[in-house]
Amino acid sequence: MSPLVSFRQVSARIGQKDILHNLSFDVEAGETLVLLGRSGSGKTTALKMVNGLLLPSAGDVLIEGTATPAWDLIRLRRRIGYVIQDAGLFPHFTVAANVGLVPRLEGWPPRDIDARVQQLLTQVGLPPAQFATRYPRELSGGQRQRVGVARALAADPPLLLLDEPFGALDPVTRVELQQQFLDLRQGLNKTALLVTHDVREALLLGTRIGVLHHGRMVFLGGRAEFLKARDQEVQAFHACLAENWRETI
Amino acid sequence: MSLDLGREILDLTLEHLFLVMLSMAIAAALAIPAGILLTRRTFLQRWVLGFANIVQTVPSLAVFGFLIPLPFLGGIGKHTAIIALVLYALLPILRNTLTGILHVDPAVRESAIAMGMTGRQLLWEVELPLATRTILAGLRIATVTTIGTATIAAVIGGGGLGVFIFRGLASVDTTLLLAGAVPAALMALAADRGLEWIEHKLSPV
Repeated sequence: MSPLVSFRQVSARIGQKDILHNLSFDVEAGETLVLLGRSGSGKTTALKMVNGLLLPSAGDVLIEGTATPAWDLIRLRRRIGYVIQDAGLFPHFTVAANVGLVPRLEGWPPRDIDARVQQLLTQVGLPPAQFATRYPRELSGGQRQRVGVARALAADPPLLLLDEPFGALDPVTRVELQQQFLDLRQGLNKTALLVTHDVREALLLGTRIGVLHHGRMVFLGGRAEFLKARDQEVQAFHACLAENWRETI
Repeated sequence: MSLDLGREILDLTLEHLFLVMLSMAIAAALAIPAGILLTRRTFLQRWVLGFANIVQTVPSLAVFGFLIPLPFLGGIGKHTAIIALVLYALLPILRNTLTGILHVDPAVRESAIAMGMTGRQLLWEVELPLATRTILAGLRIATVTTIGTATIAAVIGGGGLGVFIFRGLASVDTTLLLAGAVPAALMALAADRGLEWIEHKLSPV
């Protein structure tokens, strides 16, 4: 069976700028691959190539063995959950309408949508009776992000894309949501591709970590290998890990 | 005030209202779709907005004058007046439609696309609802301006409250001037308030 997602010598050029160089990696079913990198390393660009928000200028991004330009992108996107920083919720939709969006686009019967919304809101820790009819502006940042996660899970997609999903949150809420993500993952057995610049988040959530630097993948491997790797950019991330620990002491 | 004058005020006010409402309906029917189209055709934006801007800078009296000699479009009468009024109302509606849609939060638009919305769903479910307030503000500005500009329509036989104003000017009769100006001002005020209320009611956020 072909891997769920496969990058084959992917390059991206936006305007005059090369964002990705010759990127090749696979995302296997069931794993959480974290793309770790500084701002401008190309990690978000790589993520957006998976659901066809961007297309490669060279090479192929294969989803279940088929290159993205050959997919019906509308259909592809409805099978891939997408979570971004600050959630990107629709401000004129209630929480329930936000969460139920993809099922509605997919033509589920209203009763099934309702049931699914109730179930998901409960799962992400937002009691439906209290939250379903609220609007995004009436929520805290952490609650909005929970809604964003619920929305991404709504149509039960096999793959989740998360772009700095916890980046805009205060540290306490961030840890709470990271923990909840781990719990959810255990229960749901989803494949996830997560982008972050936070090395601790990468170590906490990633089953594998890929490090991007100037559009090249300079490291790809498990946590233990990551901690032992000698690459300069990886070591730069080790250094901020040490910094962080010193702070906590 | 004689009974006849009162009756004439009522007639001309209704005629004025008709001129304004018809012009606004046509202008909105043209400018809103054009504004939407422009959000999809970036390269056209400068040209179309430039043209609308130029129309706006030509003094209204001159526009009425220019239209008279034109075949089909021009001549003396209501239809010429309506065409001129439509030309004037286009810009604010067009510009606000464009701005309203372009100012939708890029993260929200990207989410909509990433959730698998089609272009049409993006427009009807996200962009237009979120731009409603700005588009209605454009309609309001255009309506209020049109109520004022429509008084000049009388010059080319378009009728409306301008008839009083020009008659008053010709005969140096303040009563006639006021008979035209006061109802027009009140109409503008009412339109402004009314449309503001609708704007508030319809705004989704």
